[in-house]
Amino acid sequence: MAEHQIMNPDDIRRALTRVSHEILEHNRGIEDLIIVGIQTRGVTLAHRLSKNIEEYEGNQVPVAELDISLHRDDLQHRSRPMIKPTSFPVDIRDKKVVLVDDVLYTGRTIRAAMDAMNDFGRPQQVQLAILLDRGHRELPIRADYIGKNIPTSLEEQVKVRLTEIDGVDEVAILRRED
Amino acid sequence: MSLSHPATFDAYSGAGQVNGELNLRQHVLDLDDFLPSEIASVLENTRSMKEVLKRDIKKVPTLRGRVVVTLFYEASTRTRISFEEAGKVLSADVINMGASGSSVEKGESLLNTGLTLQAMGVDILVVRHPHAGAPNFLARHLTKVSVINAGDGLHAHPTQALLDLFTVQEHLGSLEGLKVLIVGDVLHSRVARSAMWGFAKMGANVTLSGPGTLLPLDLLRPNGHLPEGHCLASVKVDTNLDRAIVGADVVMALRLQSERQVSGYLPSMREYIRRWQVTESRLASAKPNALVMHPGPMNEGIEISSSLAHGGSSVIEEQVTNGVAARMALLYQVSIFPGVNGSPKALE
Repeated sequence: MAEHQIMNPDDIRRALTRVSHEILEHNRGIEDLIIVGIQTRGVTLAHRLSKNIEEYEGNQVPVAELDISLHRDDLQHRSRPMIKPTSFPVDIRDKKVVLVDDVLYTGRTIRAAMDAMNDFGRPQQVQLAILLDRGHRELPIRADYIGKNIPTSLEEQVKVRLTEIDGVDEVAILRRED
Repeated sequence: MSLSHPATFDAYSGAGQVNGELNLRQHVLDLDDFLPSEIASVLENTRSMKEVLKRDIKKVPTLRGRVVVTLFYEASTRTRISFEEAGKVLSADVINMGASGSSVEKGESLLNTGLTLQAMGVDILVVRHPHAGAPNFLARHLTKVSVINAGDGLHAHPTQALLDLFTVQEHLGSLEGLKVLIVGDVLHSRVARSAMWGFAKMGANVTLSGPGTLLPLDLLRPNGHLPEGHCLASVKVDTNLDRAIVGADVVMALRLQSERQVSGYLPSMREYIRRWQVTESRLASAKPNALVMHPGPMNEGIEISSSLAHGGSSVIEEQVTNGVAARMALLYQVSIFPGVNGSPKALE
C-alpha cells in the first residue's frame, strides 16, 4: 500500500476553525446547539469543534457521544466487534444537533447514526459536519459542513489520524500497488 | 479489505483471532478457551450494552431477523429470562423451548432436537442441560448454528461467570490482584468452575472454602496435576472460612442444596451454617469495601445470612441486572462471527 498525505496538522486545524465558524454563522450562535460525535474519531472532532466554539463565543456547546455498531445494516460484513460508549449528557429533544464524523463515504454510517439518535428523542434539526468527504454515496445524504472534499477511487482507502487517538494529526490516502 | 479466515482456528469452539481486538467465535461453551484480552473485550461490550438497558427506549435493531432459541432441559428463572430479555432488546426473535411439552418427552434425542432447530433456520441456540458437555456436543454437530452454554451439568456456566466478572470490575475497577473467595459446595457448582477460570485468567487470586467433602480435592494438593504456570495453579483451598475470608475483596457464596446432607456430604445443616455461612461478623475480616455475591437462587439462612444478602455490601441484585447486559454482549459476539447463518458475504 502506497500512502500519501493529503492534510497535515495545520490543514486539519484550519479546516476545523472554518467549520466551527460556519456552524456558528449558520445557527446564529450556540443557542439550542448540541454536537454529537460518532465513535471513535467523530467524538474527538466533536470535542475540538466544541472547544473552538467556546473560544469564539465564551460558552460551551454540549458534546454527546454516539456509537452506531448496534444500528449498522452490515453486522457480519465488517469486523466492528467493539461497541464504544454512547452518552447523551443533555436531552436532544427540540435541539439543533450537529452530527460529526471524520469521513463521509457511503452515507450508511450517517443513516445508522440518525436511526440511533431517534431512540433518544426528536431533535428539531440535524446537521452534518465532516472532516473529509470522499464521495461514492450509496444513500441520499450530504454534509452541511465539509473540512475538505477529496475525489477518491473505490480502490483507495482514506486514513484519518488524530493526535488524541493516533498520536498524530493527518489525513492520508492509501493506494494498492499492483 | 479482505477478511481472511482466522489464522488459528479452533474447530471445537470456533475461536480465532481477527484484528487483535475481539476474537471472533461461533460458540460460547466455557471460559477456558477465552483469551484474557477477549474476556476484557466482552466486559467492555457489556458496559455498552448496560447503557442501552438504561435508555427510555430499551431496543436496538442489531439482531433484527435473527432467531434465538432457548433450549432448557433444566429449570431456570434468571438465566432463561435474562437471555430472552437480552435477545429481545437486541431485536432478535426469541423462542423458548423446554424439555416438557416438546418432542423431548417422546424421546427425541438431543442431536435430533438440535438438527430440527437448525433446519428451521435458528441462528443461536442457548442450551441448558443436566449433562456436562451437552452444549459442546451440539456445537460439534451443528454447523450453521451458534451454541451458547447456559449451564451444563457440573461443568460450566460461562455467562454467569462473565456477569460476575463484570459486576466486580464495575465496583472495584480492575480484577488484577483481587482476592476472590468462593464459599460452599464448589464440587457441585458449575458457577464456581467457570468463575475460577474467569477470575484466574484476569489475574485475580481465587480461594475456595467449604467442607472438605464439597471441594475439588485435586486443587487441595499444592502443585497438583496442573502444569507449571497454569492459571488455575494459583487457586488456593482453605476449609477454614474464618481464615480464608481475611482480606478478601469479593466473597461469593454458593447455593447449598439440601440433598447434599442426605447423600452424606455433610453431618448436618446446623454444622454447615455454623462453619461456612457467610455472615456479617465473618465479613468484618474481609476488606472494608468487599462485595458479597451469590449466583442465586439463594437459601437465605443457610449459605448466606438474610441481613447480609440484602445489606449494603451485597451486589446480588446487580448481578441479575448485569446478567442481561452480559448476555447481550455474548449474543452480539457470536452474531458477528462470519460464515455462519448463511452469510458467506462476510468473508469477501
